[in-house]
Formats: sequence, structure tokens, C-alpha cells
Amino acid sequence: MDKKAILEKFPRSPDVLLALLHELQRANPQNFLAPEDLALAAEYLGLPLSRVRDAVTFYTMFSLRPRGKHVIRVCDSPNCHLFGAWSVVEELKKLLGIEVGETTPDGLFTLELTSCLGACGVAPVMMVDDEVFGNLTPERVREILARLKEEG
Amino acid sequence: MRRLQVLLCSGSACQSAGALELKRALVEAIADLGLTEEIQIVETGCMGPCELGPILLVYPEGTYYVRVKPEDAREIAEEHFLKGRPVRRLLWTGPGPEPRVLPFFARQKKVVLENCGQIDPEKIEEYIAVGGYEALAKVLTQMTPEEVISEVSRSGLRGRGGAGFPTGKKWQAVREAKGNPKYVICNGDEGDPGAFMDRAILEGDPHSVLEGMAIAAYAVGAEKGYIYVRAEYPLAVKRLEVAIAQARKLGLLGTRIFDTDFSFDVELRIGAGAFVCGEETALIASIEGRRGEPRPRPPYPATSGLFGKPTLINNVETFANIRHIILKGADWFSGMGTATSKGTKVFALAGQVKNTGLVEVPIGITLRELIFEVGGGVPAGRKFKAVQIGGPSGGCLPESLLDVPIDYESLKQYGAIMGSGGVIVLDDSSCMVNVAKFFLEFTADESCGQCVPCRVGLRMMLGILERIVRGEGTEEDLTRLEELGKLIQSASLCGLGQTAPNPVLSTLRYFRDEYLAHIRDKACPAGVCPDLIHYEILPEACRACDLCRRACPTGAAQGTPRNPPYRIVQELCIRCGACLEACPFGAVVKVPGRKG
Repeated sequence: MDKKAILEKFPRSPDVLLALLHELQRANPQNFLAPEDLALAAEYLGLPLSRVRDAVTFYTMFSLRPRGKHVIRVCDSPNCHLFGAWSVVEELKKLLGIEVGETTPDGLFTLELTSCLGACGVAPVMMVDDEVFGNLTPERVREILARLKEEG
Repeated sequence: MRRLQVLLCSGSACQSAGALELKRALVEAIADLGLTEEIQIVETGCMGPCELGPILLVYPEGTYYVRVKPEDAREIAEEHFLKGRPVRRLLWTGPGPEPRVLPFFARQKKVVLENCGQIDPEKIEEYIAVGGYEALAKVLTQMTPEEVISEVSRSGLRGRGGAGFPTGKKWQAVREAKGNPKYVICNGDEGDPGAFMDRAILEGDPHSVLEGMAIAAYAVGAEKGYIYVRAEYPLAVKRLEVAIAQARKLGLLGTRIFDTDFSFDVELRIGAGAFVCGEETALIASIEGRRGEPRPRPPYPATSGLFGKPTLINNVETFANIRHIILKGADWFSGMGTATSKGTKVFALAGQVKNTGLVEVPIGITLRELIFEVGGGVPAGRKFKAVQIGGPSGGCLPESLLDVPIDYESLKQYGAIMGSGGVIVLDDSSCMVNVAKFFLEFTADESCGQCVPCRVGLRMMLGILERIVRGEGTEEDLTRLEELGKLIQSASLCGLGQTAPNPVLSTLRYFRDEYLAHIRDKACPAGVCPDLIHYEILPEACRACDLCRRACPTGAAQGTPRNPPYRIVQELCIRCGACLEACPFGAVVKVPGRKG
């Protein structure tokens, strides 16, 4: 969807800022908010650019840097930690060849940590884009990643 | 009516364990057998016992299948659905055919979770069929706003978000507040790690929350509501979108609801990953499209909230209780619970406990009953050590306090809080210093940074804890931690800072020995902190298989094949534990304390 169409889904009211930013970020193939996105939002809502940037930098789910097509977020909360979240992170780092916070050179994956995903009964857990995967083991991580790579 | 109804739990946990693949496999198998017309598959919200997922509940007989894989679909369809023979190997191995008599459910009292796992949350008709929106109809046609508030006040319901403020009193304050318009906000920013009851309610019974909000709006005189849900819960967001659209279509949201003068509509707002937004003033700032930073109270949102107008803000579970209070009455509700805490509470059991998942019990049940009867205790071979209750704002309680009843006051007295209801059970493999450090890392990270006690104080506490787990702590550090903790509690701007020291203070209170072991003996008794343990090889158990030597990344594990015993050169060892994992004979052991 082009950016103008996204803007026009929203009323010109400053309180819709976060929702608007979410959509602009999602519409970007690289999953981030480019400087022109911030400018668009500011102009459309009649806000100073500084005010938009101020909000963006507060929330961890907005990124000002380009990210991969898929964002992998491993839950780093106590319960997942107890159940081996780090072995999942290590496996992902090894498979993707990147550190937490980085993006693979092919632009397919970004690895991040997240706070609790609320699926503690099946810890450890990760979320890939909007999909949650539980009961993770290094083996299951390999399977999921292989599937995602196949889908591209 | 179809011959069989198959309820498929499709809460987030079961979905993440493969519930949707299972559904596809079932639909296919049923179609292949020509049973599509006879069998209805219903995707429901969370049934509770998440670690057993994916779960299938087959009615009319109530057969309970657990940990079902897509590969099992064909067998279930052929054997059970076609031939009427339940697949024994997939049944829950508990006594009795009816799931509710199984131990996990026996002590539970489902009020808020009544519909979760029983109805399809994406069909408003199913909610209406089980009495949905009746309470709203009753309120709008038979009760004045004052009567509604009086009923809620008399019920003794207190806010389920954590602080436990009397709900009726809050409603009264908003009703009396001057200013128009007024707003109703549902706080669905469930950020406490380990708590997932709000997610389950929003995913499993979203209309119960909408109905509760509408009733509240009528009572306080509001026409507009907002539900704020965290972005980490995409399924809850989707189900709410569906629910709001369906309710609007049937005129249960919108103008002149039930042909009365009452109008109310709800807008959904999504967070963007900030724990502090669960704090009410921060949440309001976030709905307004600003940084989610809290502000000092008063003024409370009841007088000056969203857009500076009087605002009622309650938690998801609080709203989900309302319709039950209206329909069954305040007396029924206050018949459950303790003298000061009424009704039921949903807890999220997680950690080292046999039955994990969501449970709803009358308030006042003891921790022991919750963990050992409902939760089934810690897994075999392990020993209970502590229970962390209330998330990063809560505390860790030891075995000696397990008979404390779970209510707002009792827990507070012992340094924990009810909080949103996350319960993490820790066994003897957990290091309490490490657990405290972990929660502090979380809160220090999530501090919004506005006020100094929280921003700087938590970092200072964390620095001390990091020293202690490295074996560089002193006994004065413990006094300093306590001083800092109390200071941060009293001087912080919002609930985050005011409660963040709790995990440290409660572990210092009940597990001081463990801190002292780290400081005096330079040993981590649980064998968790890598700087305060070492590995040894038991000569009598070693078979000289050479696996440890091959696994060791630093050449610390040494020896000659077929010539036991091997040994670990402590100066080279980085305590990664690779040798322990590699040894098939249990000859490598982790020993508390430094060596070398």
C-alpha cells in the first residue's frame, strides 16, 4: 500500500501517532521507519518532527535502522530464561551468523530480544513477525528457520 | 446439532505448539472420512493447562486429548470420530472422564475464565448464547448508574491489575468528577513477565471485556472507551478487532444501545513495546500518542486523565468480572474470597511446576494449595525453593511462608504483592541472587528515565548485584542494597520504581544465606553463577571415554583414552559446562565455590 493511502486511513489527530507509525513501519519492506516516514507522519498530524522522533525513540518496537524481512524476537523474560532461552538465542546466532540486534547480510532476518510474550506455559518462546513459536529447542529452531528460509 | 463437537484450544500457547497445523490435519482427515457434516471443530480460547498443548476436548462425552500432533489427526478421526474408540495414548492420564474433576481443575473456580476454552471467541453468537450482553441489557433497562456503582462497590471487587484499589470507589470518583466528555480505558498492557491472564481473556472471551467496559461507561457517564493492548499480543489484537466489529454490527456498541439513550463505542490502541505503559498515567500518555512516561499523581486519572478529562481506567480481568457481578449479584461475589479481598483471581503458573498454565481460584487459597494441589508441585527429583509472585514488582517467598493465604494484604505484609497474578515456581536449581538480579535488570532496562531514584538507583543496585555474583561483593553491600532499595521505593515517581526493589529486598529477607555464600565463601550454592562454581571429574565414575576432552573448548579437560581418570585443569577452565553435558557417565560434576 502506498504511504498516502496509509495516512488517509487515519484521522488527522495527534493521538493516532503510534498506530500510524506501526503501519508505516510495516509497509516498509525493511521493517523500519525511514526519516521520510517520520516527516510524513509529522506533517500529516500537524506535529513538530521532534515530537514524532521523541515518541519513536521511546518504544522498543520502532526501529530507525533497516531490519530484515522477518524480525525474530526471542523472549528474554525470567520464565523463558529458566527454560533455556539462551540456548535458543545461541542457536539462532550460530545459524544466522549474526549477533542480537543485527540483520543477516541477505536482508532476510533480524534477531532481537523481547519482553514476555505471555506464552509462559510453553517456554522458551519466540515470535517471528506476528507468529509465536513455543517449546523451543535448538532442533525446533533449526526446523522453523529452514521453513522460513524456504518461504523466503 | 452435529454429532460431535471438537473444541480445539487456540490460545497463543497452543498455537505456538502447533494447534493450527493440527486443525488443518483434522479438517482434512474428517473430510477424507466423509464426516464433515457430522463433526464441528471449534477454535476456542485458552483452556488453561498450556504445557499440555495442543489440546482437544471432544463433546458430548468430554474426552480430553493432550499434546496432540498433526500426525495424530488421522488416528483420532478414524478411531474416535468414526468408530467411537478414543485414542488412549493421547488421553489425559488422570482419573475420571470429565476434565473438570482432574486435579488441575478440581480446586479451581472459573468465573472470569468461564467461557475461555468453551466458546469460539470470534463468534459473538456463541457469547450471547451463554448469556453474553445480558448484564448490559439489565443495567441499561433496569438499573440507574448509581445502582450499578453500588452493586460493584458492595461486591468488594478490587482492581486486578495489581494494586487492588476498590473498583466501586474508582467508578464513584469518575462519576462525581466534573468535566466532559469522560472516558473509559481498559488496560491490556500486560507487561509483567510470567503473567498472561489478560492475554487469555482477550483472546478467549473478548466480549466479556467489552461488556464490562460498556457497563462501566454507563455507570460513570462515558460514551467513549479505549482498549490498550500491547503489540506483543497480535492474536489478542485480532480477536478484539473481530469482537468490536461484531458488537457494532449487532448494535451492542454504538448509538442508542438496546434502544436506550446510552451510546458507547470502543477504540483499540496498540502499544509499541514499553513495560512502563502498564502504569496508568504512562498508558494514558501512550494513548495520546506521546512517550509513555508516567506523571506524578494527583491529579488522578479519575479527575484528569485522557486528554485532561475524567477517566476510568481498569484492568482486563477487572472488567471481565463485571457482568458476573451484575447478573449473579454482589452477595454471590463477596461470598468468595477473604474478609478484605473478594472473588476469584486468575494466576499464571509457570516455572518449575508440573502443571503450568492459567488457573482461577478463590482469593485466599494458600500458596501451598496453589502450587502443590493445583500446580502438582515441582517435578520429581527436584526440591521446592521459592515462589516468585507479582512479577518484577513482586517478591520471592520461601517454603516457610507457603501457608500464607493469597490476598492483597497478606502478600504485601511478607514483601511480595498479588500484582497481576504471575506465579513463577523456583526449585533448588535456581540461584536467588541471580533471580533477583534478573528482575532488576528488567526493571532497570524498562525504567523510563524521568526520575533519578529509579533511573540511577536501580543501576546502582544492579551494579552491586553484579559484583556479588562475580564473587567480589562485601557484607556492607547487603546493607547498601537495603538502603538503596528503601530509598527507591519511597522516592520514585511511579509504581515501577516504587516496587522494583521488591525482588531484591525479599530475597535479602528470606535468602540472605545465599547472598552470604556468594560473598563469604565465593560459592553459588545452586551452581548457577559461573564465576562461583567449578567443575570436577569423579575419578571412580570416569571411564576415560575422551568425550569431555573433545568437548572442552579450552583444553582444560585432560587425560588419555582408556586410562582413567581424566581431570580438569582449573586455570584453563572457563566453566562453560560443555564437559558436563558431554559426559555419559555422570562423572563430571558442578561444585559450588571457586577453585584455581
